Amino acid sequence: MTQALIYDHVRTPRGKGRADGKLHEITPIQLATQALDAVRGRSSLDTALVDDVILGCVMPVGEQGCNIARVAALNADYAVTVPGQQLNRFCASGLEAVNLAAALVDAKQAQAVVAGGVESMSRVPIASDGGACYTDPAVNWKTWYIPQGIGADLIATQDGYGREDVDAFAVESQRRAAWSWAQGCFDRSIVPVKDVLGQVVLARDEHLRPGTGLADLAKLKPAFAEAGDRNGYDAVALYRYPRVESIQHVHTGGNSSGIVDGAAAVLVGNKAFGRRAGLKPRARIRGFASIGSEPAIMLTGPVPCTEKLLKRTRMSIEDIDLFEVNEAFAAVVMRFMRHFDIPHDRVNVNGGAIALGHPLGATGAMILGTVLDELERRDLGTALITLCAAAGMATATIIERI
Amino acid sequence: MNDMSAACLKTIRFELDADGIALITIDVPGRPMNVLTPDLEADLAAAISCIAAGASIKGVVITSGKANGFIAGADLKDLVTAYGRDTAQQAYARSEKLSSLYRRLESCGKPVAAAINGLALGGGLELCLACHFRVLSDDPRAVLGLPEVKVGLLPGAGGTQRLPRLIGIANALPLMLGGEPVAPQQALKLGMVHALAPPAQLLDSARQWILGGPKPEQPWDVKGFRVPGGAGCLAPHATESFQAGTSRLARSTQRNYPAPLAIASAVFEGTLVPIDVGLRIESKYFAKLLIDPVARNLMRTMFINKNAADKLVRRPPGVARSAVRKLGVLGAGMMGAGIAHVAALAGIEVVLLDATQEQADKGKARSADLLARELQKGRTTQDRIDTALGRIVCTTDYGQLTGCDLVVEAVFENRDVKHAVTQKAAAVLGPHALFASNTSTLPITGLAASFPREEQFIGVHFFSPVERMPLVEVIRGAKTSDATLARTLDFVAQLRKTPIVVNDSPGFFTSRVFGTFVDEGMAMLAEGVEPALIENAARMAGMPVGPLAICDEVTIELQLKVHQQALADGLPERFQRLTAIEVVKKMVELGRIGRRGGAGFYEYPAGGGKRLWAGLGEVFPVRPLQPDAEQLKRRFLFIQALESARCVEENVIADPMDADLGSILGIGFPSWTGGTLSLIETVGVDAFFSDCRRLARHHGARFLPSPALIQRGKANVLYYQEAA
Repeated sequence: MTQALIYDHVRTPRGKGRADGKLHEITPIQLATQALDAVRGRSSLDTALVDDVILGCVMPVGEQGCNIARVAALNADYAVTVPGQQLNRFCASGLEAVNLAAALVDAKQAQAVVAGGVESMSRVPIASDGGACYTDPAVNWKTWYIPQGIGADLIATQDGYGREDVDAFAVESQRRAAWSWAQGCFDRSIVPVKDVLGQVVLARDEHLRPGTGLADLAKLKPAFAEAGDRNGYDAVALYRYPRVESIQHVHTGGNSSGIVDGAAAVLVGNKAFGRRAGLKPRARIRGFASIGSEPAIMLTGPVPCTEKLLKRTRMSIEDIDLFEVNEAFAAVVMRFMRHFDIPHDRVNVNGGAIALGHPLGATGAMILGTVLDELERRDLGTALITLCAAAGMATATIIERI
Repeated sequence: MNDMSAACLKTIRFELDADGIALITIDVPGRPMNVLTPDLEADLAAAISCIAAGASIKGVVITSGKANGFIAGADLKDLVTAYGRDTAQQAYARSEKLSSLYRRLESCGKPVAAAINGLALGGGLELCLACHFRVLSDDPRAVLGLPEVKVGLLPGAGGTQRLPRLIGIANALPLMLGGEPVAPQQALKLGMVHALAPPAQLLDSARQWILGGPKPEQPWDVKGFRVPGGAGCLAPHATESFQAGTSRLARSTQRNYPAPLAIASAVFEGTLVPIDVGLRIESKYFAKLLIDPVARNLMRTMFINKNAADKLVRRPPGVARSAVRKLGVLGAGMMGAGIAHVAALAGIEVVLLDATQEQADKGKARSADLLARELQKGRTTQDRIDTALGRIVCTTDYGQLTGCDLVVEAVFENRDVKHAVTQKAAAVLGPHALFASNTSTLPITGLAASFPREEQFIGVHFFSPVERMPLVEVIRGAKTSDATLARTLDFVAQLRKTPIVVNDSPGFFTSRVFGTFVDEGMAMLAEGVEPALIENAARMAGMPVGPLAICDEVTIELQLKVHQQALADGLPERFQRLTAIEVVKKMVELGRIGRRGGAGFYEYPAGGGKRLWAGLGEVFPVRPLQPDAEQLKRRFLFIQALESARCVEENVIADPMDADLGSILGIGFPSWTGGTLSLIETVGVDAFFSDCRRLARHHGARFLPSPALIQRGKANVLYYQEAA
């Protein structure tokens, strides 16, 4: 058990990550700044007490480059003594930032850290940073690179999830997200994003499609079938997983995570910080872990990462009340539920990234906040948050209310 | 010329004209085509030094003294010797030597033009790329290409560096990865050459360029140079070139051929740095390939030995060259019609005979269909079609065979039927005529007894479909004469196919070896290996089709028939195809005889597409613990190699090249291995036979090498050493 406590968290709404998305006009530094600003404002925080700002960002180039965390702290008028660092654990970055903050606090090398993440996918698109793992032929070869979507289809093929199964999962994600908005589940943490005139440009998640049904999703074409065939990815997948006869392409834009813009921030500190800042902790970070998994299929890390973390915290899966398993693709969460034999009604109860979107660097911090709010709303104790990450990784965190 | 004595140049002529233009004419003596020999490299080095130093020399034109081409590339017979002898450093030094020579040429301070008067391939094109100006003959035969990938190498004298810098990575990569040459018009369009000119005006065009006083500088040596279209991870084409591109390479090579990946790496890494650094990177990747067995295997089997076989190296000496003018084909089924088809295209008059006129006509109609398709694709003309079809006479009358130089029978695999047609044909054939059987299973020596002149009887085993398969397995019966063999090989050469020569034995060479592949797959099934894993592992080894799929194609029933025939003929156990006979019997008993029967190891849904039969798991229960694909790959390759070793031991194979070529060209054994016997040398003779003994402990006595083979392993006797 760590001595790291969660005092507050905020997130922006998630805007469609396209040119017609409401947040497209907002720079990523503005998204991060407004999240940091809100953390300070809500708690009347003296930022001089903050030892670091750690933000996940997966495309740290261009306007997201050059250590966006430090620059956002400066831009948000944090005390000049507050340093900042950007980190990249791919899709788990936002959660890893919180974990790193917890580690610093628990190691007594920091009293308070603002951790979170930012990603404007509409402005700095996926693949903006290149990377040896995709385009260096020798590395691509060595790691049997196949795109994530093919990895997700491979998981579905191995587990026998058909198109209707993954679509049904997506319909439920949409239903839960819409219901959660209607019930006000997100109200407590949402920080509307404002433009330079101070007007709100987005106050609610923009990506979800309430009322989506199976018939709607059935119309969508598999997203990765053509590339799998044309670019040889399916063949590589079979060479890597030769027990599979052929890849069943079941994932579509409708049952995969949405491309969105957004930012999140979580205030982590020790007990003494809380006293000094006059804040009451909401939860404790009980433990955390990251793990590497086979990189070609890429998305199977959440299960072993969760097992590693449960072992480390000497807990069992039954000790967890609610789960947030990032909905990178439907099959990722379905495999997790099947492996641990946990019912869907304890997993992603407010909907997930299929409905709400997945702003890469920020999602981990966002879903940690969402499940904390839900624990309080339901008056439950413990939650586990986990995300799969590119190149075969995953990160997980267990929090418990105080 | 200045300080260089023309007398010491062996491969080039060096002339300086009144304008100060030096003309270098490459003409390697004793070679039909210019190739990059050590002498030529030395002469070029001397010439470049002279040019750089010669104050009176204003510019240089390089051309070829051969009418048929510029330079055809490297000397493979030399390169093939590097494997097993050279260290990585030595291989690097070899590559770096030629590469730096070309670099000296392009930075010699004088403008250099290439007057490319014919095909320029590999090191030949690379020389041209190191010139400042390239004018190419507008003759369609004057193709340009970097085919090194086909022999397991990369374009190592700057090819991977200069071509992308010249025409962009997106254009250059496919040329180097595919290895296909481009015609002059295409070369001009891509920017590989500056101009085209009629052959007679090539030199003049090059001279004119020099007289224009150009700057002797390559684009990539100009400050601020950028690779057209960009380089590296973030180039707009990077996803296509390097991400999808690499996956496609993995697919097409099953990750067994290192050269394409090395080319992609040399281009990716080398185009981000100045050319001198890029050339260094390229030479290192070249060195890795040169000392890798795959390059040796491809060079030795697919080029050196294939060329030798095509030139009939196995033809007995002292027999006059012959040609078949009139051919008889008995049986107008798939094989007979195919043989008639290729023979007619080769200019041979064909009598296509079957039991009914309708069947005979059907055989010719198949030929007409094939040619019509070629016409649609623009690969032939109606005239040529008419001529070829005009050469095929369909009949039921044996009398028409009169005057045939050779008769090939391609009737049912049934001794009685074969006996009958052989005798009928023999009755009308002249004493000079040869008789060949296209059987794939029945021993030749036995069939020969039906023919009055047994020494003129031989086996010619064609592969299906005949028009596409490059191999003919020529089988010598016990009494087949040298003259018959020689004339048969002449016939194979007439058809432009590659012959191998084997001695008579049940299944000869190819069918016998292929049987072990199919049986191994079915044995795995019986062991409880998952069907998909079996099929994928075979493809990963490089076999074109999985054993269960191919079994379905030729029918599982056929496997049973081969077994029963072997029993009926009283063949020894090892020829009875016992390895997987229980699987065969079970499938036939279930009525799943293969694709022809609508069901086999696969199911064939009405809507098309096929998938492994879901019920297989019930018939052959799957083991909970599955083996590695690597283990299965090894079994597939080793069992075929071991059977080939037995063929050598039993003198079915007399020359290792016959086994290597036969296995690759006939039954789809993967070329990266160099063939079944080269595989043993690649693994290491001792390691191979030791491993076979280990496999025998786990999977059965079929993997057990004979004492003689174990001895060969211990003594490490290479097949090719022995042959040499």
